[in-house]
Amino acid sequence: MMDHAAHAKHGSAQQAKTQELLIEGAGCASCVGKIEKALQAVAGVERAEMNFAARTVAVTGTAAAESLIQAVENAGYNATVPAAESDEALMDEKEAADLKYYHRLLWEMTIALLLGVPLMIYGLVVGEMTVTTTGERIAWLLVGLLTMGVMFFSGKHFYVGAWKSFWNHSANMDTLIALGTGTAWLYSMAVVTFPEAVPEMARHVYFEATAMIIGLINLGLALELKARGRTSLAIKRLIGLQAKTARVIRDGKEVDIAIGKVLLNDRVRIRPGEKIPVDGRVLEGRTSVDESMLTGEPMPVEKNAGDELVAGTLNKTGSVVINATRVGKDTALARIINMVKRAQNSKPPIGRLADVISGYFVPVVMIIAVLSALAWLNFGPQPALALAMVAATTVLIIACPCALGLATPMSVMVGVGKAAEAGVLIRNGEALQMASKITAMLLDKTGTITLGAPKVTSVHVINAGEGADDEEVILQLAASLEAGSEHPLAAAIVESAKERGLTLTAVDRFTAIAGYGVEGVVEGKSLLFGNEKLMRERAVHVDEAIRVAQNMAADAQTPMYFAVNGQLAAVIAVADPIKEDSIAAIKRLQHNGIRVLMLTGDNRDTAEAVAKKVGITEFFAEVLPEDKSKKVAELQAQGEIVGMTGDGINDAPALALANVGFAIGTGTDVAIESADITLMRGSLPGLADAIAVSKATLRNIKQNLFGAFVYNMAGVPLAAGVLYPFFGILLSPVIAGAAMAFSSVTVVTNANRLRLFKAQEH
Amino acid sequence: MLFINLLGVLLIVAIVWWFWLYKPKTSSAESGNLLITVENGVYQPARVRIATGKETSITFLRKDASPCAEALIFPDLDISEELPLDREKIIRLPALQSGSYPFHCQMKMYKGELVVGE
Repeated sequence: MMDHAAHAKHGSAQQAKTQELLIEGAGCASCVGKIEKALQAVAGVERAEMNFAARTVAVTGTAAAESLIQAVENAGYNATVPAAESDEALMDEKEAADLKYYHRLLWEMTIALLLGVPLMIYGLVVGEMTVTTTGERIAWLLVGLLTMGVMFFSGKHFYVGAWKSFWNHSANMDTLIALGTGTAWLYSMAVVTFPEAVPEMARHVYFEATAMIIGLINLGLALELKARGRTSLAIKRLIGLQAKTARVIRDGKEVDIAIGKVLLNDRVRIRPGEKIPVDGRVLEGRTSVDESMLTGEPMPVEKNAGDELVAGTLNKTGSVVINATRVGKDTALARIINMVKRAQNSKPPIGRLADVISGYFVPVVMIIAVLSALAWLNFGPQPALALAMVAATTVLIIACPCALGLATPMSVMVGVGKAAEAGVLIRNGEALQMASKITAMLLDKTGTITLGAPKVTSVHVINAGEGADDEEVILQLAASLEAGSEHPLAAAIVESAKERGLTLTAVDRFTAIAGYGVEGVVEGKSLLFGNEKLMRERAVHVDEAIRVAQNMAADAQTPMYFAVNGQLAAVIAVADPIKEDSIAAIKRLQHNGIRVLMLTGDNRDTAEAVAKKVGITEFFAEVLPEDKSKKVAELQAQGEIVGMTGDGINDAPALALANVGFAIGTGTDVAIESADITLMRGSLPGLADAIAVSKATLRNIKQNLFGAFVYNMAGVPLAAGVLYPFFGILLSPVIAGAAMAFSSVTVVTNANRLRLFKAQEH
Repeated sequence: MLFINLLGVLLIVAIVWWFWLYKPKTSSAESGNLLITVENGVYQPARVRIATGKETSITFLRKDASPCAEALIFPDLDISEELPLDREKIIRLPALQSGSYPFHCQMKMYKGELVVGE
């Protein structure tokens, strides 16, 4: 283990970076020295300077933020990282580092090709690059030394990497390239320096191969780096949603401060056209907010006092003041970013085989190279030594562990990002893969297919006189009566009256008749509200309204009779409305061959009516919440791969038991624990999108894996010379270098094709 | 020719032994503060040992600009983290049972092993 001092020394040798921490609890100027001293004692810290006025400290060095925070806490203060800034800063830092690396690779490529290309052209024009005369020996020796210079300048990272890996008892791509180019160079130098030791026919030099391979592979790495950058565009876009500043109201004044400095319960002013900086609840004002960037929902959402706003969404019309309820790393956006990042780095089971293979790949290729060299030496024609060297080198160069290793992660990276853009949060690679295989989808009715909040859907007025012949008057009376009831349907009546701005009046002699309805006196009128049985019992004539009520029931609505002073005044229907987009989404699922089933605690009639409306033929009615998971198990026993969609709260056990649990979120409940996939839009189209994206991603992974396997399975034997006995073909190491360089670029480019996928069309 | 063939076979045996059979030395975490440097295609040290049943943290310092070095994955522990360039990153490990827990980059070209227990 590296000791503390060595650790510090080690760190200071690195390029110093400056990071900012927010300090809390520093009340006096003397704290400054104490905090700075505590930070400077941390291994890896070069400098710590505190700005007392701003309560920030700038720390230069390589130490991790967590060590710094710990040091500050040990000194008796609190420290936090300005979270929103750090994500963006890290992204910028990564991009800058990648760009620098990209330029370095291009530069290294240029130098290598400047030597390799003329040499190759010379070889093609003049023919054999052999060493026969002393003049040729001197000239090739110079070329050999120049090649060594290229190897040092352009290929150093391969050789150092190979050397370090070797002593670590591991082997990677560097090992193959270093061995391949090193063998070609050493052989050529042996031909130049000790020609007598090599049979005359085998006195070829292969300096051009060494330079070309190094150049081409650097080019491949550079192109791969560029393509990789595009795979993380989705996460970059999410990070870009974070506002940089917020207008906070402190001591009655509005001041713009950095987003990371917004504290919990701060009052934040958001003007039209501005991004919502932190999660919060509207205190004043009303507005409409575009949440499409997070939920995929294109329609702006109305927000009034008490409504929640989510950081990263866009304020469209009004100016509002919000109370910050979640800041920094706790905002829904920050958690989404974190979850997407984690999911992007996780692997679906399909990638495991490639993982196992790549674990043994490089040493196996080395063994094949030795075997093919031996085969050529034993059975090959003259010049056997040169041909054996060419075959071994080509085998080492053509084999591409990178294509295999990149096949799965690159597609997952793009696929998970693509899903996030559509408002679908996929927990990990396993969920992604499983979602593509779903054969049966169980949908919870309430809150999933329907809105989950019963509403008055129709008021059928029957002219009963008594001053109750108007819809609004009836609703006002009914709501005043129901205000005292605890029945869920009563809440719908009261809510509906409030929505219409009706004022409720007091009720006298209120009685709830269990299983029948309610009665009471409002404004001197004797009111009766309930089912048919109640009306008949109290001798209210309902015959003329029976058909109306039956039609309502057949339409998945619950009808209730309302009588004033003993005469029927209206039939009021309450229903949990079906979400507008549910029907189309269910159709999409069915179109994709998925068996869609509905699950509900409601009675059979309502369930049947809703199922019929949305086009579902199989449903389970009157299912108790605790029995939902049994239905999942039943379907699984039938051999189905079951997806379960619910709100993630009541359905947690069923979601957990299902092969893939989908939770319908509402934008703020981003990462629902029991769910494998969270649909942020809160409606079913996200479900069809999620399955479409997962299918497309899995298809992409399969293409990549197939390509990578076939490339290596065909390339390695070809390089070893299996075609030579039949057609006299032996691959050139330069061709192998080009193939290897472009095989991994092809994999990343294919993964990037997923970015063009439009889930809504599938 | 016999000599060359023998040499080839010996080379193959050496490859098998060196890359697959040999068990490299491990570094131990005494105070729960291990530093693993990611540089030139390898984790250094690549094999670390920690005590059984104790929460530990490992600090990673990535000095390798290659994007391959960026992701760090402990597949058995469901840990996947991004390593920033030239900056330390602390990975917190829960209390673990005895056994071997591999860690690697996204493509498994950088490989390391966390050994828990004796």
